[in-house]
Amino acid sequence: MLAKRIIPCLDVRHGKVVKGINFEGVRDVGDPVACAAEYNRQGADEIVFYDIVASYEGRGTFLDVVRETAKQVFVPLTVGGGISTVADMREALRAGADKISINSAAVKNPQLISEGAEIFGSQCIVVGIDAKRNKDGGFTVYVNGGRVAMPVDLLDWVVEVERRGAGEICLNSIDTDGVRGGFDIEMLQAVCKRVKIPVIASGGAGKLSDFASVFQQTTVTAALAASLFHFGELTIPEVKADCRAKGIAMR
Amino acid sequence: MIAVIDYGAGNLFSVCNALNYLNIAHTVTGDPAEVDRADAVILPGVGAFPAAMQALNEAGMTGAVCENAKKKPLLGICLGMQMLFEQSDEMGICAGLGLIPGEVKRIPSERVIIPHMGWNELVIRQESPLLQGIGTPLYTYFVHSYQAFCADENLIAYADYDGRVPALVTDGQFVFGAQFHPEKSGEQGLMMLRNFERMAK
Repeated sequence: MLAKRIIPCLDVRHGKVVKGINFEGVRDVGDPVACAAEYNRQGADEIVFYDIVASYEGRGTFLDVVRETAKQVFVPLTVGGGISTVADMREALRAGADKISINSAAVKNPQLISEGAEIFGSQCIVVGIDAKRNKDGGFTVYVNGGRVAMPVDLLDWVVEVERRGAGEICLNSIDTDGVRGGFDIEMLQAVCKRVKIPVIASGGAGKLSDFASVFQQTTVTAALAASLFHFGELTIPEVKADCRAKGIAMR
Repeated sequence: MIAVIDYGAGNLFSVCNALNYLNIAHTVTGDPAEVDRADAVILPGVGAFPAAMQALNEAGMTGAVCENAKKKPLLGICLGMQMLFEQSDEMGICAGLGLIPGEVKRIPSERVIIPHMGWNELVIRQESPLLQGIGTPLYTYFVHSYQAFCADENLIAYADYDGRVPALVTDGQFVFGAQFHPEKSGEQGLMMLRNFERMAK
């Protein structure tokens, strides 16, 4: 049976991990390569690197991090942040990324999804989406790190994302992100019902049982978290043990 | 020395990263003579079947792979595994290397998400030197939309994805194929590559 995936996300700025990590045995807690190796050791099913600055000048440093990690970590690596052209995708894949995550650039230029899928294969293309409830009871897509609302309905957008050949959707709920009250079950399930491609839950994990809950209440195939794992509040083995105890298939 | 066949496959560098990490001596080559000199051969592969067969033919490596498969261990990975079979119907019927009896078709179930992507547990059907020392549960990382159909005698292990997806196959002698990516399957995947190196000696 296909296992549900637990995915830690590392936010990288100028070649360093942004949020503080409390890992035993990792001396340089800002070193993204060491952190990725530690997540790998803990049993992470994939690792996401997110370039939060995504400046032209910092690109080389960021890709060096990906390149070094790919030499030491043997689970799939996803790279996101600042990818807005096919050339950016190619560069990240050549550095050792297995998947590319695009977000704002896809909303502004949906053709980017089709081109990426055609050239590199659907399995490479993850479309990240930030969305928030609106006053009409629907969900609106946001760009630029969740700061700018677009005139795009979430449930229309996910259908287009799938039609254009994306391999996965990583859905971040702005409503639950940072609140730590659990994943946005309602929004996730609405999206899961609309598309056949795998959906990754993001935003809102605050306690151990939140992971099992999202797998029990929606059909997402993976759950992503950043700060929860960064600060060592929860470890990946703890999360997996809890899910397993509740009958959810885990690696 | 393991020869990793260079014909433009996308996962070549991931495979080499893993071999480097394990300190396994290897050479990336498009030279048939170098394949003849190697102790074992790895055939990587990602993408579409016809394009990969064509690229292998155009690289002049098809003969070298088939000849050497009669006398030294060969490991096909992902699409490289599918190419070991007689044919595939991905984008029309296309002949494969014919080293293992069977064919490649789209994953038949309509109840599951295609591609089959993620970590799936292997159900082991026969012993293999590739699996030596690797405990269970054994989970490996898959990304594919087509799968092999082959006889039980060629099946080392399968994954359950609303049906049996052949995961590790063999011709019973020197030829092995992994539908999953051992180079992306964590510690257990690395152990398989290490076992393959042992078989080369």
